[in-house]
Amino acid sequence: MTEYKGVMIYSEVTEGKLAAISTELKGCGRKLADDLGQELSAVLVGSGISGLAQEVIAFGADKVYIVDDPLLKDYQTDSYVQVMEKVIKQVMPQIFLLGQTSIGRDLAPRLAFRLNTAASMDCLELAIDPDSKLMLRTKPVYGGNAQAVFTCESYPQIATVRVKVMSPLERDTSRQGEVITIEAGLDPSMIKTKVLEKVKAEVEGIKLEDAEVIVSGGRGLGSAEGFKELEELAKVLKGAVGSSRPPCDNGWVPEALHIGLTGKVVAPDLYIAVAISGASQHLAGCSGSKNIIAINKDPEANIFKEARFGVVGDYRKVIPAFTDKVKELLAG
Amino acid sequence: MNMIVCVKQVIDPEAPPASFKIDPSSNKVVPPPGVSPVISPFDENAAEAALKIKDTQGGKITVISLGTNLLRDVVKKPLSMGADELILLEDEAFTNGDSWSTAYALAMAIKKIGDYDIIFCGRQAADWDAGQVGLGIAEILGLPSVTAAKKIDITDSKARVEMVTTDGYEVIEVPLPALITVSSELGEPRYPTIKGIMAAKRKEPIIWKPADIGVDPSQVGASGRRIKILKLFQPIREGKCEIIEGESVEEAAANLASKMRKAKLL
Ligand SMILES: Cc1cc2nc3c(=O)[nH]c(=O)nc-3n(C[C@H](O)[C@H](O)[C@H](O)COP(=O)(O)OP(=O)(O)OC[C@H]3O[C@@H](n4cnc5c(N)ncnc54)[C@H](O)[C@@H]3O)c2cc1C
Repeated sequence: MTEYKGVMIYSEVTEGKLAAISTELKGCGRKLADDLGQELSAVLVGSGISGLAQEVIAFGADKVYIVDDPLLKDYQTDSYVQVMEKVIKQVMPQIFLLGQTSIGRDLAPRLAFRLNTAASMDCLELAIDPDSKLMLRTKPVYGGNAQAVFTCESYPQIATVRVKVMSPLERDTSRQGEVITIEAGLDPSMIKTKVLEKVKAEVEGIKLEDAEVIVSGGRGLGSAEGFKELEELAKVLKGAVGSSRPPCDNGWVPEALHIGLTGKVVAPDLYIAVAISGASQHLAGCSGSKNIIAINKDPEANIFKEARFGVVGDYRKVIPAFTDKVKELLAG
Repeated sequence: MNMIVCVKQVIDPEAPPASFKIDPSSNKVVPPPGVSPVISPFDENAAEAALKIKDTQGGKITVISLGTNLLRDVVKKPLSMGADELILLEDEAFTNGDSWSTAYALAMAIKKIGDYDIIFCGRQAADWDAGQVGLGIAEILGLPSVTAAKKIDITDSKARVEMVTTDGYEVIEVPLPALITVSSELGEPRYPTIKGIMAAKRKEPIIWKPADIGVDPSQVGASGRRIKILKLFQPIREGKCEIIEGESVEEAAANLASKMRKAKLL
């Protein structure tokens, strides 16, 4: 197994730009590579993405492998697994990291099975064990009620990393790196699926992922109406509205607002959780927030364990009074 | 349409977080007393996906569950919702597996069933939250796969699948046979009917041991694992919430705003 060397990260691209997770991965990949005394490489897969190579280097990669092919325009399991199998067999990295994104969750497991190794998904922490030199993968389990540390002895060691958990390196355009092109060599007959349509949820105002303030509502709001008051508060705070899963399931708000283990992961400065009980699966998506404020009528609600400040009471009374006072304070 | 649905019995993931306990000596979770296990919720969504297809075009749904101490009332739920057969891979040898050994055993069982158009799995199980078994089965059987489906339409041996993404969804066309993992956006699973419950009671599950699916016990369960678990622990929560009070709820709310202003949160 000694011929496997180096740390490779999957540099995800969204709408022609490096996804935020790609830079976060370089932060944690850099550290693992330094601990092993090996190099950090990145792989860029897509169509017309070669121009991003320098950007990948600026964020900390020593080497960039590029697979640029029109057949790779859309992410598709069959084509991307095929290409990544080829890249990994050629480069033979000891560690391969991806983001826990729509792509990562699909690509990592299939690739791991194909390469006869095992992936760990949605990790919060990665480190090198000083004795075995294996990668220690810390991952939340049981919806976040617990965490587990795993290792796997087969190479490459594959993991996906939760978004917004790792700190990216500073962008430094003076960094030097090598760019290597790999032919996709795809067999189109092996691509069984077809992407017929891509539908993007339309959101007004600030995107949830970019918001510094999020006002989030839960099942306790009782209806779509309940969210109106949160929208008003969010506007005053120049923030975005989010939601736990039940309001999305009930159709009170669009699915795009869903925060949690299987929704979006957010880490704003301020997260105001209104009528949300604080189930571990919800906290999985918001516990990285710098400050959580809880408004809930149940003093025993789990969300108070995560919050910095809280008010116990009916949101119908709390939110209007709170919004008025915030307006007053911000005006004065 | 022959459909297979893989379901897993898990500790109720919606049990209050305070009831969650770990036995550190065995690296195992202690099931909360008095709380019945359930079918992992996304697996119920998977069963619902199959039932929706059966509603409109007919077909047969075979449910497979792997584990030990499988409570019949729990694992029979998909039958009471309208599924046709239940196969249990129930043997000590199958326990304490990881995604690898579980996917392998399920894939071998599915091979034995032989005749299928779609295999449905939940997008991830509510205990280990790995989301790998479905894709592993697809890889082992060499099938195309689509993850996190919220809607599935079948026409001419093709499935048109709406796949949930971070920012919306994509519509993917996949030829059958295929493996599809299902997400909660598909909608609430149906309630069992009285008739369904009665039929499920009478139905005996088929039990398969490693030899029945042609695998060696060393390839499945704990012996077939590729991932080693070093530690299982509960993260420590600081729990230092300051509850803001007031003469009335409204005053408490206003005090919260002032407090946040002072703490430079506004
Ligand atoms: C595998 C799996 C994955 C999951 N993924 C996610 C996920 O990604 N995101 C997610 O959010 N959930 C997820 N869940 C669901 C999760 O377990 C909880 O069921 C859900 O988060 C609960 O949402 P809630 O807090 O809004 O509702 P509830 O738990 O019902 O809480 C409602 C709260 O509102 C309070 N309340 C009621 N009325 C009022 C009022 N008038 N004023 C003030 N407070 C009031 C109540 O006291 C209560 O605390 C998942 C579950 C599973 C099993």
